[in-house]
Amino acid sequence: MSYLEYNTKRMPSGLSKVLYLNWPLVALLTLVAGYGVVMLYSIAGGNAQPWAEPQARRFVFGLVLMFIVAFMPIWIWRSVAGVAYVVTLLLLLGVEFFGTIGMGAKRWLVIGPVRMQPSELAKVTTIMALAAYYDLLDMKKVSRPLWVLLAALIAIIPALLVLRQPDLGTAMLIALGGGVVIFAAGVHWGYFAALIGTATGLVTLVLQSRGTEWQILQNYQYRRIDSFLDPTLDPLGAGYHVNQSMIALGSGGWSGRGFMEGTQARLNFLPEKHTDFIFTTLAEEFGFVGASSLLILYMLVIGVCLLSAFNTTNRFASLVTLGIAGTFFLYFAVNMAMVMGLAPVVGVPLPLVSYGGSAMIVLMFGFGLVQSAHIHRARLPS
Amino acid sequence: MKRSEREKQFSQRMISRRALMLGGLQVGIAGTLMWRLRDMQLNQTEQFHLLAEENRINLRLLPPVRGLIYDRKGVLIAGNEQNYRVVMKRDDAGDIDLVLERLSQLIPLSDEDIARARHDMLRNRPFVPVTVAERLSWEEISRIAANAPALPGVTPEMGLSRHYPLEHDMAHVVGYVGPVSERDLAELEAPDPVLMIPRFQIGKSGVERVQENHLRGRAGSQRVEVNAVGRVMRELDRVEGSPGGNLHLTIDARLQNYALERLHGHSGAAVVLDVTNGDILALASGPSFNPNLFVRGISTSDFSSLLENEFRPLVNKTVQGLYPPGSTFKMVTALAALEDSVTDGQERVFCPGHMDISGHRFHCWRRGGHGRVNMTSALSESCDVYFYEMAQRCGIDKINAMATRLGLGVRYELPITSVSAGLNPSRDWKQRNRNAAWRVGDTVNASIGQGYVLTSPLQLAVMTARLATNKAVLPRLLRDPTESAERVAADLDLRPEWLRLIRRGMNETVNDQRGTAYSSRIVGEGQVMAGKTGTSQVFSITRAEREAGIRRQEDLPWNRRNHALFVDYAPMDDPKYAVAVVIEHGGGGSSTAAPIGRDITLAALHDGQVPPLASYPSPQRNRIRAEQEELEERLRQPEALRINRA
Repeated sequence: MSYLEYNTKRMPSGLSKVLYLNWPLVALLTLVAGYGVVMLYSIAGGNAQPWAEPQARRFVFGLVLMFIVAFMPIWIWRSVAGVAYVVTLLLLLGVEFFGTIGMGAKRWLVIGPVRMQPSELAKVTTIMALAAYYDLLDMKKVSRPLWVLLAALIAIIPALLVLRQPDLGTAMLIALGGGVVIFAAGVHWGYFAALIGTATGLVTLVLQSRGTEWQILQNYQYRRIDSFLDPTLDPLGAGYHVNQSMIALGSGGWSGRGFMEGTQARLNFLPEKHTDFIFTTLAEEFGFVGASSLLILYMLVIGVCLLSAFNTTNRFASLVTLGIAGTFFLYFAVNMAMVMGLAPVVGVPLPLVSYGGSAMIVLMFGFGLVQSAHIHRARLPS
Repeated sequence: MKRSEREKQFSQRMISRRALMLGGLQVGIAGTLMWRLRDMQLNQTEQFHLLAEENRINLRLLPPVRGLIYDRKGVLIAGNEQNYRVVMKRDDAGDIDLVLERLSQLIPLSDEDIARARHDMLRNRPFVPVTVAERLSWEEISRIAANAPALPGVTPEMGLSRHYPLEHDMAHVVGYVGPVSERDLAELEAPDPVLMIPRFQIGKSGVERVQENHLRGRAGSQRVEVNAVGRVMRELDRVEGSPGGNLHLTIDARLQNYALERLHGHSGAAVVLDVTNGDILALASGPSFNPNLFVRGISTSDFSSLLENEFRPLVNKTVQGLYPPGSTFKMVTALAALEDSVTDGQERVFCPGHMDISGHRFHCWRRGGHGRVNMTSALSESCDVYFYEMAQRCGIDKINAMATRLGLGVRYELPITSVSAGLNPSRDWKQRNRNAAWRVGDTVNASIGQGYVLTSPLQLAVMTARLATNKAVLPRLLRDPTESAERVAADLDLRPEWLRLIRRGMNETVNDQRGTAYSSRIVGEGQVMAGKTGTSQVFSITRAEREAGIRRQEDLPWNRRNHALFVDYAPMDDPKYAVAVVIEHGGGGSSTAAPIGRDITLAALHDGQVPPLASYPSPQRNRIRAEQEELEERLRQPEALRINRA
């Protein structure tokens, strides 16, 4: 939405913006983060250190960031979207050439005193760039092949750069997050059907060719695919974790073993118990009640965002809102499917609950955009 | 973009419709997740609860048995011995410091051991067993077993660890194994999971390192159900690994032992080759070290004493040590001159004791000169001036080509670490590495194996084998015992008449009264040897030193004395063995290296045994007997060298 459309008379301004914030969303996010702090406290054996307190402090910082972002008019965010996207690409290239290596992958960029993960930033800036792109684009051109291709490139370029780091989880989130915006913008469903069809066909072809004369991949590559899809085939690596994670999760029952009563000895073998596998601890200690309530909270966050998107006529605002909500959904859906043994293990944390700074700050920035869109929405004529 | 109201409404309708579709999809996925959660936590919870409470599945890696290494006759060089050890797992131990403290009251554990165990446990995943102590006695193991309830997570285990029964003898050839380091892991492309077991050992040097993949074998795994206190309830499944492959070296352990002990007191190397097939029968570098120290984890003081030793025990001087070959190189110069037809070999050259070349005086080692010498006498009396003359006639290019043909300056493909190529200098080499043009003086220096020329003892042995056979003999260290030992090398195509001259020179070196190695001759039918001495300068005696009265090598400090070299082959009429000996700072080839070369050659002719006195010239026998008695005390007992191949 450009300044020209910025109808100052119908917009809240100054401190009155506080009243127009999407307060249900603020409350839901705080509740979700609360789950995280409680679980981190429990995993540390009833200690605020080393995880719970820093996590709480980071969430407060995230909230402040969200408010600041929210109070800036949404049209400002639209006009910086292109620049932010280009800067992100440059930073990703920077990682490629100057990045530092940690945990076997090159993800960090150190500029002076600042250590950052440009791949996290890319999750939000790609969505902003695509939303701005569709805001500019003539509605009639939305489904024309060339313009669809351009949009696809906007999503795929940062995803490929992240994939090279290598970080499959984040690359997937960026590409799919972009896909959500493209879909929401109204691109003809045929493109999506063709994409899904081609991908399914290719995968089927590759898998079917195994053992025949025209086998496409090498045998060892098939074995790798096998252990990726079924981690129990790799009993020393991922399989062990998923197996133990499922045992812990399943043993939680209806109401769980109780706060801090989870078999710590059992969970100690999970190297990521405070990050990617935190849902396991929640499900073990609070059972189905605890685990499903978090899932419901997450879905309510999605619901609130969708409602906000319905209620604005501004294209950029609603596309950004849907994109952020979609990414958020992908985060928790992939993570939960992973710890429940439904999806391969890729490094995706449970949003706002897993311990970790970068992901939380970037998500809160994203929700800041959602809030800004909500406050400054072009209200439908009443 | 400014849009019309109609367009806005269209856009909004489209977005709302798509958002609804997305929302529906999301609700569907969330529903699936919820259903799965309900299924696991409500329907199957009993089953998971049972798994969690009563039993847990434990995965154990079964480390493969490392392949054995034998000598050519089946004497064990590297084996595995039984070893009781204690392993500990972090997730079963709970408070690891407490358990370690209790453990240290039962068995001797140094602070270093405890720190290492703690570090290993914290670094690895909690379910990975970490070795806390090794090589425990049966009593210590029993004490631990008796106190098991107070030691959660601690299990006594019996395992195999590498052992080198021949200790020092094979250290440089076979190398040793040691724990996997971070650097080892980084070098490997797809690390075997078994390497992640703490203190799993892999080859660190020598054959153990180069043949790692062959020797290691494949790990098996075992999934067991254990109860809460860690007792194995039942085995769920088991994947058998496969043991590593065995290796058979061409080395004769007895001869190797003899050669190494014969080098005792010196810093040097001795190589024995079977000239018929290139088998390396002995590859001795003295002094050596005990590889078992490295397997157990060498102490800092032991290691620094090895590092600081002036005789450099850690260096494999046979392949890694590079020395100016000195006069042993003269056969190369002679052959180059013959090939270039600049002499017929009979022609005599006058040696006044020196030669002036482009304003610089080059001396012969005999200050008074040799008088008129032909090729044969120039070799046997080791006249330098003759070769200065020949080298100027044929030039460095011919010498360089002949040296390459005889196997110098070539890196041999051997399954041991740090094999050097040596240096066979050429014009091109000097231009590239020294950025200077080749000069006549360089050729003159090279003609007597000084200047830039550098060779390893193994290369000298190969050169000698090639001279003895006229075949392009290539050394080998591994053999397949099922295959025939015969191996025919390509022809070297040196003219027989040239080789006759060279061999006659080498014969007279040892067996003619005027030869430089006459005192090291062998007597007795069918075991006469032919050879060549060499003395290569490391530092020249300075004028100041000469004026101070230093004229003899013995007066110089050890590390400034000349290197002593000797190469030979035997028996002369039907060559079987080629030997090269290099004694660092030994003083002189004929005085130091030749007697050692003779003894090792004789040992090779007598199956590695101490040679009979009858092989020595009678005036020397008393002295030799005394030397042999002293040597026999150090030699390995026959039972240590018994054949134990299955």
